[in-house]
Amino acid sequence: MDIKLQNLTKRFPGRRRGGSGEVTAVSDLSLQIQDGTLVGLLGPSGCGKTTTLNMICGLEKPTSGRIFFGEEDVTDLPPEVRGVGMVFQNYALYPHLTVLQNILFPLENLKGAARPSREEMRRRAGEAAALVQIESLRDRRPRELSGGQQQRVAIARALVKMPRVLLLDEPLSNLDARLRLQTREEICKIQKKTGITTIFVTHDQEEAMSISDCIAVMKEGVLMQQGHPQRVYDDPSNLFVARFLGTPPINVFEAEIRGQVLYLLGQPVMGAPGVPDQPVWVGVRPEGFTPKEDGPVTCDLDRVEALGRDVSIVCTHPACAAGTVRAIVSSAREINTDCSKMRFGLQPDKVFLFHRDSGARIPFCPVS
Amino acid sequence: MNMDNSKKAWLYLLPSLILLGAFLLYPLLDVFVYSLEEGFNFASQTYLGVGGYNYLYVLHDPYFLQALKNTFILVLITVPVSTCLALLISVALSSVGALRQLYQTIYFLPYVTNTLAVGLVFMVLFQKTEYTDGMVNLLIQWFGGEGVDFINGPYWAKMFVLCFYTVWVVMPFKILVLTSALASVNQDYYRAARVDGTSRLRTFTRITLPMIAPMLVYLVITGFIGAFKAYSDAVALFGTDLNAAGMNTIVGYVYDMLYGDSGGYPSYASAAAMVLFVIVLTITCINLLVSRRQFRG
Repeated sequence: MDIKLQNLTKRFPGRRRGGSGEVTAVSDLSLQIQDGTLVGLLGPSGCGKTTTLNMICGLEKPTSGRIFFGEEDVTDLPPEVRGVGMVFQNYALYPHLTVLQNILFPLENLKGAARPSREEMRRRAGEAAALVQIESLRDRRPRELSGGQQQRVAIARALVKMPRVLLLDEPLSNLDARLRLQTREEICKIQKKTGITTIFVTHDQEEAMSISDCIAVMKEGVLMQQGHPQRVYDDPSNLFVARFLGTPPINVFEAEIRGQVLYLLGQPVMGAPGVPDQPVWVGVRPEGFTPKEDGPVTCDLDRVEALGRDVSIVCTHPACAAGTVRAIVSSAREINTDCSKMRFGLQPDKVFLFHRDSGARIPFCPVS
Repeated sequence: MNMDNSKKAWLYLLPSLILLGAFLLYPLLDVFVYSLEEGFNFASQTYLGVGGYNYLYVLHDPYFLQALKNTFILVLITVPVSTCLALLISVALSSVGALRQLYQTIYFLPYVTNTLAVGLVFMVLFQKTEYTDGMVNLLIQWFGGEGVDFINGPYWAKMFVLCFYTVWVVMPFKILVLTSALASVNQDYYRAARVDGTSRLRTFTRITLPMIAPMLVYLVITGFIGAFKAYSDAVALFGTDLNAAGMNTIVGYVYDMLYGDSGGYPSYASAAAMVLFVIVLTITCINLLVSRRQFRG
C-alpha cells in the first residue's frame, strides 16, 4: 500500500486560557511511502514523529492536510477501518488476557460478514504467533514474558488483522542493547516476509539506518530530509541531518571561504570553486580524516581508542564547535601516539559545507 | 545473624502488637468468653455456668431475628446498588472534560458531612406527619401518587429510606476510589483498543472492568463489612428505639442489650456480636474465594 502524506499539519491547543501557547507538533509534512517498504521516522524527542504516526494510524486528527492509502483518502476515517496495525511503545498488551487471547482480541472485534469463524480466528492467530515465533507462549500472561517476547506478541496482535500498514512506535526503546540488535533484524525479517508497508518511529539513528529502506528525518515538526539511509548519510541536506546521522557524529568546524578556498583558522584546507566568500560550518565525517604528515588540519592529540576493527583518534581543535574531534581510521595504519600534534588530510567526499546562519548545505566540488 | 534479625523485627513490631493485642485481640477473646458465661451478673461479676444458652436465647429472640433480617436486606440491596451506581458515576465522571473537578467535589461532599445531620435531613424529607408532608411526599402527590410516611409508616417504606440513605452515604468513597482506579488505567490500552475497532461496551467489559477489578473487589468486601455493621444510619433516621420501629440492626441489637432501656445483658450482647462476627467472616471469605477464582479463570 502506497502511503502519501500531503501537507500534514497538527497543532495542539495551548494549555493556557484563550488558547495561547499553541503547539505545532507537525508542520506541513509531505511524504511519499512506497508499497512494501520499511520506513523509519527519525528525529530527536519531541520532533513530532509519534504525532505523525498517530495521524497515519487515525488516533490523531490532522489540523490540515490529507493522508492517502493508495488512491483512498483516509484522513477522516477512524483507525479501525483504515486497516492499520499498531505496536505501541509499551506494547499495551492486556495484562489479564493470555498471549493467545491478546492476539485474538482484534479478530473478536470484527462484526458481521467480516467476522471469521472461531476456527478461522484460531488459525489466523496461530499463523501470526508462528510468524513471530511465540507459539509455545500462547497460554502465558504478558507479565510472564520478557520484554522481547512481549514485543513479539504485540507485533502478532497488530498483524493478525492482516493490516495494510503496520505502525511501530519506538519498537526497540524498551529492550536491552543485545535484544535490540536481534529484534531489529527480526522486525526487518517479518516485514520482508509479509511485505506489509511498515513505518516505525525511532530516535536512534543507528536503528533507523540499519533496517530501513527509507528514512525520514524530522526536526521540530518539519521534515528535514527523506531517502535511502546511505544516500541521506552521504548527502545530507543540512547541518541538522548531517549531525543527527552517524556514530560517532560528524565533526563540525567554524570555517571561512575566501577567494574560493576553504580556510580553517586562517589555514587553507581545500579549494572550494564557485563558492562565494562567507563564513561557513564545515562538517567532516570521522572516517573522512586520513593521518598525513603534511595534512592541512592540525589537531592536538588527546588519546587513541582501539576499537578492534578500527581506531578512534580523539583530539581537540580550536575551531571545532563541539570541542573534541573524533577521527576513525583503519587499525592497520600505524599511529604515532608520542607526538602531541596530529596532522590530517581530508577526503573530499566526506566534507560538507553549510551556511553559518541557516545551516543549509552549500554544494561544492572540493579540490584538494 | 538470622536469629538476630528476626528478634529485631519482633522488637520493632512490639508497640503495634501490644496495642493490637490490648485493644483488638483481648476484647475479641473476652467477648467470646462472655458469650459462653450463663446467667452472668454484671454487678457481682459472677456467673452460674458455661454453655451455649446465650446463643440459644439470642437466636430465638424475635428482636434479634428482626435485626438479622433487616441487616441482610440492607446488605443485599445497598452493596450491589451502591457499587454499580458508583461505577456508573465514576465512568461518567472520567469521560467528562470540563468541570470535572467540580463534579468530583460535589459527589464527595456527603463523605465529609455528619451522618446524624444528614439523617435528620433525610427524616425531614421523607417524613409525613399531621403538620407536614415532607418534600418527597409532596413530589409523590404532585405526580398523582398517594403519600406514605417513610419514617413511621409501613416496613417496606422504612426499609426503602434506610437503603436509600445508606447508598447515598457510602457512595462518595466508592466514587473516589473508582475514579482514581479508572484514571490509573494506562491510556495506551484504550488507544490499542481503538485501533482494533473495539466497541465501547466491549472496551468497558473486556478492558476497563478487569483493570479496575481489584478495586471493585476491595469496595465490595469493605461494603459488605460496613453494611453488616450498620447502626448509626438507622438511629439517625428512626431514633434510638429501633426495636419499637422494627428497624433494628445486629449492631443496634448488641448496643441495646448492653446499654439500651432493656439492657444490662453483656452475655447476650456478646453472643449476638459473635454471631455477627461469624457471618461477616464467612461472607468475606466467600467474597475473596469468588473474586480469586474469577481472576484465575
